[in-house]
Formats: sequence, C-alpha cells, structure tokens
Amino acid sequence: MATRRQFIRISAMGAGAVMAGAAGIRLFGSGLTDGQKATLAALTGRTPTYCEVCFWKCAGWVYKDDKGSIQKIIGNNEDLNCNGRLCPRGTGGVGMYHDEDRLRKPLIRTEERGKQSFREATWEEAFDYIAEKIKVISAEHGPECIALFTHGSGGKYFSTLLRALGSPHIAAPSYAQCRGPREVAFQATFGEALESPEPLDIRDTRCLVLIGSHLGENMHNGQVQEMSDAIDKGATIITVDPRFSTAAGKSKYWLPIKPATDLALLLAWINVIITEELYDKPYVEKYTYGFEYLKEHVKNMTPEWAYGITTIDPTVIRETAREMADASPAVIVHPGRHVTWYGDDTQRLRAVAILNALLGSWGRRGGFFRTETFELPEPPHPAYPTPKRTWRTEFPDLYKLADSVLANGVCDATVPDPSRSCKFQAWIVNGTNLMETLPNQANTLKAIQELQLLVVVDTMPMEITGWADVVLPECTYLERYDDLRIGPHRKPQIALRAPAAEPLHDTKPAFYMARELAKRLGVIEYFPFGTMEEQLDWQLKQVGSSLEEMKRIGVKTFDRTADNLFFYPDEDVEFYTATGKIELYSTALEGAGFDPLPKYTPHEEPPAGFYRLNYGRAPMHTFSRTANNPNLTDLMDENSVWVNPRVAKEWGLSTGQYVHLVNQDGKKSEFPIRVRVTERIRWDSVYMVHGFGHQEKKLRRSYGKGASDTNLITKVLVDPIMGGTGMRGNFVTFITDLAGEEVVS
Amino acid sequence: MRYAMAVDTKKCVGCSDCVVACQTENNVPIGYCRDWVVEVMDGTYPQLEIELRSERCNHCNNAPCVRCCPTGASHIVDGGIVLVKPNKCIGCGACIASCPYDARYPHPKGYVDKCTFCIHRVKQGMKPACVAVCPTKCMYFGDLDDPNSDISVILKKRKSKTLIPEAGTQPQLYFLI
Repeated sequence: MATRRQFIRISAMGAGAVMAGAAGIRLFGSGLTDGQKATLAALTGRTPTYCEVCFWKCAGWVYKDDKGSIQKIIGNNEDLNCNGRLCPRGTGGVGMYHDEDRLRKPLIRTEERGKQSFREATWEEAFDYIAEKIKVISAEHGPECIALFTHGSGGKYFSTLLRALGSPHIAAPSYAQCRGPREVAFQATFGEALESPEPLDIRDTRCLVLIGSHLGENMHNGQVQEMSDAIDKGATIITVDPRFSTAAGKSKYWLPIKPATDLALLLAWINVIITEELYDKPYVEKYTYGFEYLKEHVKNMTPEWAYGITTIDPTVIRETAREMADASPAVIVHPGRHVTWYGDDTQRLRAVAILNALLGSWGRRGGFFRTETFELPEPPHPAYPTPKRTWRTEFPDLYKLADSVLANGVCDATVPDPSRSCKFQAWIVNGTNLMETLPNQANTLKAIQELQLLVVVDTMPMEITGWADVVLPECTYLERYDDLRIGPHRKPQIALRAPAAEPLHDTKPAFYMARELAKRLGVIEYFPFGTMEEQLDWQLKQVGSSLEEMKRIGVKTFDRTADNLFFYPDEDVEFYTATGKIELYSTALEGAGFDPLPKYTPHEEPPAGFYRLNYGRAPMHTFSRTANNPNLTDLMDENSVWVNPRVAKEWGLSTGQYVHLVNQDGKKSEFPIRVRVTERIRWDSVYMVHGFGHQEKKLRRSYGKGASDTNLITKVLVDPIMGGTGMRGNFVTFITDLAGEEVVS
Repeated sequence: MRYAMAVDTKKCVGCSDCVVACQTENNVPIGYCRDWVVEVMDGTYPQLEIELRSERCNHCNNAPCVRCCPTGASHIVDGGIVLVKPNKCIGCGACIASCPYDARYPHPKGYVDKCTFCIHRVKQGMKPACVAVCPTKCMYFGDLDDPNSDISVILKKRKSKTLIPEAGTQPQLYFLI
C-alpha cells in the first residue's frame, strides 16, 4: 500500500493547510475547471518535440494553456518509440520547464572551487572567459587535453566544437557506467552492438527472460508497452532478480537468485540447452562458430553445479530452459541496459548473447529484429583535424575492447600520475551530473581540483554545477530546437524538436553556446548555419521534407530500404565478426588475451552484519536528473532502503524509520534514508532507487531527501575488457541512532 | 448509456503515468491527485504475489457522496458520471467522509474535486487522459450499454472484481484479475 499511502498523505497534509487558509471560496460559472477550459481552448496550437527527460527520446506534442504557458505533453501517435503514449517522466516533462529552481543566468566562480560562490555574468563575459582559457590550454597542452562529458542532446554541438579544436575526447557515462559491456559482448558475438532503443521484438515474443532488467520500473517506454502486448498474447515471462520486482510479479517464473551469481545461472541454462539438444540446430550449424568448444566448456556446468552458487532449484533451471526452447526462436533473453555490476560484465553479457544465439532468436520474429536508421546529411564542414593523441595512449594495454571514450578513464587521467604523459586540463560537462554518475565521488573531486577549467552546461543547479568555474544555463528541451532524432527502429523515422515557448530567464540553447565559442576560437566554419532553424530546414530539404512540414507532423516515417526485418529462411548472413559467423567462441576476446568463453568467478560476499547494496530505477524518475521536478517529486520525493523483515527484526527496524547507511570503507550516507520493510527483498541485500540524496541546496525540493547510492559506491569493480565500472560490489550496514540529527522531510 | 472503466491488474506496472497525465490534463494542483496507484503485496519471500492497480472515483450507481451533499453540488450526469459543481460546493467535506474509496479531495480553491472520467474529452470522442496515456494499455473505458465497446468486450472476456462491493455503492470501476 506504499504508493497509495503516499498519495493519501500528500492529499491530507495539503488539505489541512489549504482549507484553513481558504476562507473565501471562489465561484465559477460552469462545471468545467480552469484546466479543462484551457485544454479545450489550447487544442488549436501544438508544438512537436521529442522528450529529453530520459534517453528514450519519445516524440510528442506540447500544448499550452490560454495564457500561453506550457500545460501538457502528449505522445505522438506516429512515433515508434512511444506509439502516442509517453511515460510518467515524459508526461511530467512540463515540470522541467516550470521548476523554479532552474538555472537562470550564466555564472562565474568567485572563490575557490566547491565553495559555491558565483557571480552572475553576461553571456559575452562567460564565453570570453571560457574561450580565453581554452586558447591557453590548447597552446600549452594541446587541444586533446580538453574533454566533454555528455548525456544530452546539447552534447552534439559541444562535440562538434571539440572535434573542430582537435580533441577526440567525447565521453558519455552511458557507456562505461551503463551499457558498454553489453555493446562489447554483442559486438563480439553478433558483430553488432545493440544501441538504443534496443531491437527487441518483445510484442511478438513467446518467452521473455528478464535477467538484469526490471522493466516496468525502468520505463523504457517502447519495451514496457511491448511487454504488455506480450502479456496480452500469453507470453511466458521468466524474471531473474534477487528482488521481487514489478516484472517478477507479472512472471510465470521468478528466480530469486543470490546476488552476483547470474553468470552461473546463464551457463547452467546453456548447459541444459546443449545437453538436452534443445538448441536451434540448423541455425547454430549455419550461422555460428565454436559450438563444439562451447559444448566442451559448459559440460560440467550443470543445474546442480549452479544450485550451490545461485540457490536456484535445479528443477526450475531445467524447466525454464525448456520453456525458452519451446518458444524458440520467438524468445528473448533480455540484454539489459545498466549492466556495469561486478567487473566481469562483458563476460556475463556474452553468456546472454550466446544463449540467444543457441535459441536462434537473433534476426527472428519474437527475438531480435534488424533495425534501420534514417540517413540524414550532416551540415557541410571542413574535415576535423587529426588528434595527436587519445586517452588510449594513457592506458597502454588496458580495456582493449573499449570502443568509446571512458568517462571514468578521462576522470582518472585528469589526476597527474607518473605513468601518464599528459593529463586533462579542461572539462565541459553537458546534461550529466557527474557527481552522481561516476562512482567513487572522492576520485571525481580529486580530478576536478586538478582542472584549469570546468564548464557545466545544465538546466538545473546540480551537484556538479557547484564545482564549475563557469555555469552556462541551458534552456529546457521545451524551449529549443535540437538535431532531428534519427534513432534505429523497425522503420526509419525522423522526429523534430521545436521550441514550444521562449526560453525562460536568461537561458540559451546549447547550439548557440557552442557556436559562440566556436566563433571566439576560430573554428566557426564547423557551424555553417547561423541558427538551428536554418540547419534543420537545409537538412530536411535534402531528404524531401522541410522544417514547415515537420512542424506540422512532428514525426516522419520512411519505408525500409529492404524488406528484411528478420532473416529469410536459409538466408546467407555475413556477420561483422572475424569469422563472419555468430561467435559462440569469441576470436576477438581471445585475440585481446581474454577468455573466449565466459567463465563464472565468485565475487566477494558481504561481511557479517553487512548487506549488498543494490540499486535501480523508479518509473517516475530518471537518474538524479528529475529529483527536483515538481510534477515527478509529487509522485515520489525520496527513496527508501528496502529491508527484508528478518533483517529488520535483527536490527529492530520498522517501516518509515530513518537510518544512516555506512559502507565497507566507512563511508556514511550524507543523509538519513527511510526504511521500507518488505518481503520483496532477499535477506542478503538491500535495495534503493538511484538519484536521491541531493547535496545541492539550490535544489530546494530535493535537497537532503533520501540517500545517494553513488555516495556509498566507493569500491569500483572495473571490467578489464572494456573499462566499465562495476558498482554492485559495495556492502552497507545500518546506523540506527541518528543522535538528534534533523531529517529533511 | 453507462460509462465504466476497467483496469487490468495483470498489466499495470504502477508507474503513475495516469496520475501525472490527469494532473496536467485537468490542472490538478501539485500535491493533490484525482487518481492514484495501489500496491498490494502478499506472501513471504520467495512465495510472493503483488497486485498493482490505478484507482480513482468509482462513479457509483448508488453514490453516497451525491446522497449526502447538502447543496446538490455533487450530482450524476448522463452516462452515470458523478460530478461536482464547483460553484455550488461549499467545501463542507461530507462527501469526502462518505466515500469508501477516498476518491475526493478538497481543492485549494475551496471546492471538492475528483475524477470526472475526463467528460470534456469523452464528449469529443476521446478517451480519458489516464486511459490514453497508459504505457501498458491496461485501462479500458466505454459505454457498458454498448455491447461492442472496449469495456463491454473486455469485461465479458476476463474475470473482474470491484472494490468494497459490500458497501452497496455499485461501483463502476472494474479490476481485471
């Protein structure tokens, strides 16, 4: 009843306060409320957008009320990412615009870093300051010493700026802190990364295996919708999770696995599928490489072997393997998304990929489809200068299969080290709150203190903005144009984001900022168009559309160039691997000196009195980005720590009580967190939703509410294959005596 | 004509999109809600069951809120939708106390507010905002008197329940189980 209670509590509290003050009752002439009148009036004008509250980028329409203020956002029916239905965050995106804590003016730091003393500046001043610093750094250390961290549409323009200056260092935490291991594993197996949105044909699957995905709590919109379609069609869902997730509640089988042992279960499934000859024989024969090696490799990895590791009943392991085989090839062993857990993540995801290959689901209906992405011409510009060195130079022989810049790698290489020839001197950070994104906050702060320049571009005052030298306030996605969305899907599509309102306060779009800096740094030729409008219109006209048309329709769908969503029967397929086959046995991993077949290695267990710290998502929040959004905070304004009743009894904990958490390295949560005693969690771990416990006081609605998991992740298990930062190897215990500490609630 | 709604508990993931969509559609002030999500959990680890459902006004056939309203602000319109006339409401709160579903709240402007089944949208041939937005498509809305409506079809096909039927309110919000 937790959610219901919350809403009752909110309603009741508000009611008391308001009724007392509402002596005069306002009367209205009709049965319709203000909002409904506004809705009816506003139907005349709507502006297309695609969402920026998360990375799914659903396309929608922005409606305004009769006063011209943004009132609601509704999904675009044509959009394949959302099918006309936004998720709670997309619907609540209006809160990003209305949030009164938004950044309002460019800021320049006045005292030492981290003291949070800034003065307001004009845009001219801010740009001149940054350009001057960048010139000096480029001249002294080379442009390669400037790095960009990005997790937002605006990153595109700063990326152009950096490349124009000669730096290849564009890092997205979405790689090494999130889906990187998965991309490397699928690349090694099928010769292709999965990208976003993932090409999963969930709507037509007959069996969906969720291992490391709490779909429904992570609102990856299209996938949540298709899971619902699959439920309607009677698909079997198998969920592997130490926690009874929402998806587990919809599943025929829930496998309450002991944390950190997933790879053993995957290998046991592979064992059953091979020993019982349940695999798709013609498919495996035609398309795969290394089956005999795999067979030999897993021969002793029986369900009985896995039982002792995972605590999952061998009968259930066999039964679920057979369910998958029965559904084959319309079966998906879900690849997950946030997969940086234990440092052997690429190998775990390799096992997922291998399992899918044995079941013949890659390229098959109800499995994985072949995407198509629209080809859009880029604005013409001179070739980028060739960088003289890259981050790789600084990490010889490490993370050989990483194919993107590691955010944590840039961070590490910012701290001077005798083993490195160069260090990073300047960071530009766009739309990512690095303090909550990168594990080991102490290390991030150490790196920041070494910088000559830290520029933060955001719409909100996040923890990272407090450490900046210059803060550039970006207007929200509802107030700007951005590049067209051209993500991969079943059909090629383009989606337009146009401003529904003028930017509030003194905020600007990232395109403008990057272009102004390019002017000052002598690389304006990389920004041939003066405005995004001109650029978009030029691009659209190259492909037979126009800005005018896109403003009218928002999303445009094109035909596929070939009718090949799935493999044809007996189609000859060339995979982009060294052998041209699906590599069950990975020659790429072998070549780089890693295990060509995944092996289970035990991970560290929590010491006595400690519990493994697991974290995840709530459907109404994205990372730490939305914690201050008035509409979404209304639904969930703090996180809680889930504790099994047996553990609660031992510690004398009850639901609603505040405790501190302290980890194995003695790191204590910055703020107390509420306890939720629930049977939905195992006794060897605790769980919390990521993104709370904000330490930035300017976030008035979220400051001090709940605890930050990132804060407690001081131990990082790095994946030697690609440098991903495993974050599930931390253990916490409780401090129940708050010693009179005031709780923000 | 008899409007009703059904929520499929097998598909609802409790994301609360229905709540935000209702708030932005109907200008429900922050801190208040006309619909909400309930999570009911049963069992002991690892034998567990969970039911998630989106709740709102049940638009009862026998509505205690309408009966107890001293001014006639609470009333029933065509199609059985229970509405409140803000200009007639004195904010006494008797309806709030009488509702077994806790579906009403005192609006800060002084009147009592609740779900309207988005009658302003329904009149234009649209679905209520919560139904239209739901990413899991777990909500069905329509006219029970029309045997071909979404709601009639799904209620015929699936097992369903109502909440607190013993209160005798004859609720018109169904839950597919």
